[in-house]
Amino acid sequence: MSKPKDRATGEKSVRSILMAGVGGQGILRASDILCEVMIRTGLDVKKSEVHGMAQRGGCVTSHVRYGTCVHSPIAKKGDVGILIAFEKMEALRYLDYLRAEGIAIVNDTEIYPPAVNLGEARYPDDILTLLPLPPASVKMVRAQEMGVRAGNPRTENIVLLGVLSRYLTLEPSVWDEILKVSFPAKLVDANLTAFHLGRVA
Amino acid sequence: MKNRKLMSGNEAIARGAYECGVRFASGYPGTPSTEIMESFARYPGVYAEWCPNEKVGLECAIGAALAGTKAMAVMKHVGVNVAADPLFTVSYTGTNGALVIITADDPSLHSSQNEQDNRNYAKFAKIPMLEPADSAEAYAFIKIAFALSAQFDTPVFLRTTTRVSHSKSIVEIADPLPVEDTTQIRFNAPKYVMVPAMARLRRIEVEKRMQALRAFAETFPENRAEINRTDVGVITAGIPYHYAKDVFPDYSYLKLGMVHPIPEKAIRDFADRIDRLFVIEELDPFLEEQIRAMGIPVTGKDAFPYTNEFDPGVVERAMRTDPVEDPAYVPPVVPPRPPNLCPGCPHRGLFYVLGKLKVFAAGDIGCYTLSFMKPLEGLHACICMGASIGMAHGMSKALGEKGKGKVVGVIGDSTFIHSGITPLLNAAYNRSDCVFIICDNRTTAMTGMQEHPATGFTLQGQSAKALDFERLAEALGIDQVRVIDPYDIRQTRAVIREELARSGPSLIVSRRACALFRRAAGPPQKPLRVDPGKCIGCRTCLGLGCPPISWRKFSDQAPDQIVKNTKKQDGNAVIDPQLCNGCTVCQQLCKAGAIVAGEE
Ligand code: SF4
Ligand code: SF4
Repeated sequence: MSKPKDRATGEKSVRSILMAGVGGQGILRASDILCEVMIRTGLDVKKSEVHGMAQRGGCVTSHVRYGTCVHSPIAKKGDVGILIAFEKMEALRYLDYLRAEGIAIVNDTEIYPPAVNLGEARYPDDILTLLPLPPASVKMVRAQEMGVRAGNPRTENIVLLGVLSRYLTLEPSVWDEILKVSFPAKLVDANLTAFHLGRVA
Repeated sequence: MKNRKLMSGNEAIARGAYECGVRFASGYPGTPSTEIMESFARYPGVYAEWCPNEKVGLECAIGAALAGTKAMAVMKHVGVNVAADPLFTVSYTGTNGALVIITADDPSLHSSQNEQDNRNYAKFAKIPMLEPADSAEAYAFIKIAFALSAQFDTPVFLRTTTRVSHSKSIVEIADPLPVEDTTQIRFNAPKYVMVPAMARLRRIEVEKRMQALRAFAETFPENRAEINRTDVGVITAGIPYHYAKDVFPDYSYLKLGMVHPIPEKAIRDFADRIDRLFVIEELDPFLEEQIRAMGIPVTGKDAFPYTNEFDPGVVERAMRTDPVEDPAYVPPVVPPRPPNLCPGCPHRGLFYVLGKLKVFAAGDIGCYTLSFMKPLEGLHACICMGASIGMAHGMSKALGEKGKGKVVGVIGDSTFIHSGITPLLNAAYNRSDCVFIICDNRTTAMTGMQEHPATGFTLQGQSAKALDFERLAEALGIDQVRVIDPYDIRQTRAVIREELARSGPSLIVSRRACALFRRAAGPPQKPLRVDPGKCIGCRTCLGLGCPPISWRKFSDQAPDQIVKNTKKQDGNAVIDPQLCNGCTVCQQLCKAGAIVAGEE
């Protein structure tokens, strides 16, 4: 398989994005929006996540797969083009999903799991040195800060979508169009601002 | 374009049912099935209800079908166990209208206590079963299921798995068909009164029907052969089809849309054209055993795992003869992130007390099951919905004197209504010595805040009679009924101690709304903080395992930041104000008075 110039639409084959984080970070909403944008651009899309127990502060992942004809809604390990870690440590946990030439977008935020809270385990000190990726393949983002700048810290997930959008050749106007119908009127502005802050980050 | 929608399998089932004229659905919430009922209930003109449990749900649907309408009963895989009694006999009576039972299985136990393969129920109860592989098929198959039910006068199963129910893909939806009223009272005792003499006759009809369905299966278009390369062929159904197509697009496939009964001739024809045959199915070798029994050699569970859901990687590794390259990156070991009770969860205070009292707490299914984990360790068994009360009673009877004051049965409000009332009656009747506790958080929290008979509302938002647990318990014959607030640790501890000391059965209702259930809980209170000038580093608050509370070792702090209040202190507690919901439970535990309100 030749290396793609274009991570979204340039190839016939199916590509995968994996979002990983913690319950309550807005991952499912973000992946829904991503899928809607892809559908609007004429791509076939499938996404998968697990609800239920996983929502109670546990890990949450959402696989998004897109192309001309998608079969499986989940990616196999080693086949994800872009990994978006909504929480720093989760970038490490799901590293085996990433392709050799894949990209990791990492939100510079720490949410402690119980063992770390209790002082029984250490939160990894330096994620960047633990990430065995070439430095050019890692994008660190302070999404929460940007969300605050956009007027609402809960737009962190949309900031990350903005960052992601830079790696996909999907029309920016389609993103705006979908974002506008994805939120109640009073939240649209903050989310649009968040998206564009992420896009230029 | 307008009609191409991104839908989950569950939403697609609801949409398909609505479009083909289904106007009646009943069920009990359970992951991964819950959203089917929730999204169906929002369509105009439909009737949908949450029932106390799946057995009641199925019985209501049977009644509706008997009245001549199209009815749907919705449940998760273990719910079919609860509904099994009416299930096996409605197979005999058939339906007057149409009846589809949805079973949502959970390979990998994402949110379940077991991993049972409910295809076995289809065979066991002699009921045909369809299995969609994605949302588009879920949408199409529910319509086929209702058509088959009417055509063959049989209940029909539609089986999904978590990955079908909760994955989203594109569905092309249509306008709903016009609905005509087909209901009327029809008397037909020989068909609907299952006493032995009549059931024996219906029993014969069931076998005739299965024969007719076997013939139908041979030409059913959703049992689809795709002939490509013939050196390798795959027989599969449901989502494993997509996993396999993903990695091996040019093999030949026989994809079964109907998993019971299977089309024997179509399978033989397919096998004749293929050199090497694989059967790909998650969980039990359900298809494989039947195909082997036909004398056809296949590779199945000798290559594929029995347990857990598959993915394209699992299929690839099982089928490839040449070595599969490992993923490029190996993740370093990082601390696990198990699910945890939320900040301000009312279960936390209760289970903290139970853990400290060192009683054996027989538990049940709900968020509170998580209390078995460190540091709470306040729950010690969990089998199924409603089991805790009977188990605690049986345990204390077996222990006799040794068990006095040491065994409690804990159950949620929704779970109690589901199947805890009968065992509580048993405990009263057979003079139990146990303390039973209802964790009444005013909602079905675990599956995402569904209404139940004690919330005062129905699935479709109408106000309803709210069951009164205290009066019910008295009527059942429970001697002592107490109500506590689990946010009040002193009261919680005192009341549980008093009831443990008493002989005879008692019920404690631990009442406080789920912290996420805004309607009943209201907005969160102001976050608390730890005053480092007072914290003596005793770690008591950490024993709650509340997500905002963490331990900061002095060795990790800048020397000029360290405030040491006792000699042996080696760190202090910190509360993350972003997460804290201000429930004050930790504050009540802190003997140093270090947990305080307000900003620094
Ligand atoms: S905050 Fe209170 S309970 Fe927690 S460690 Fe400090 S002194 Fe102990
Ligand atoms: S007040 Fe204490 S126990 Fe309650 S949510 Fe905040 S940190 Fe947790």
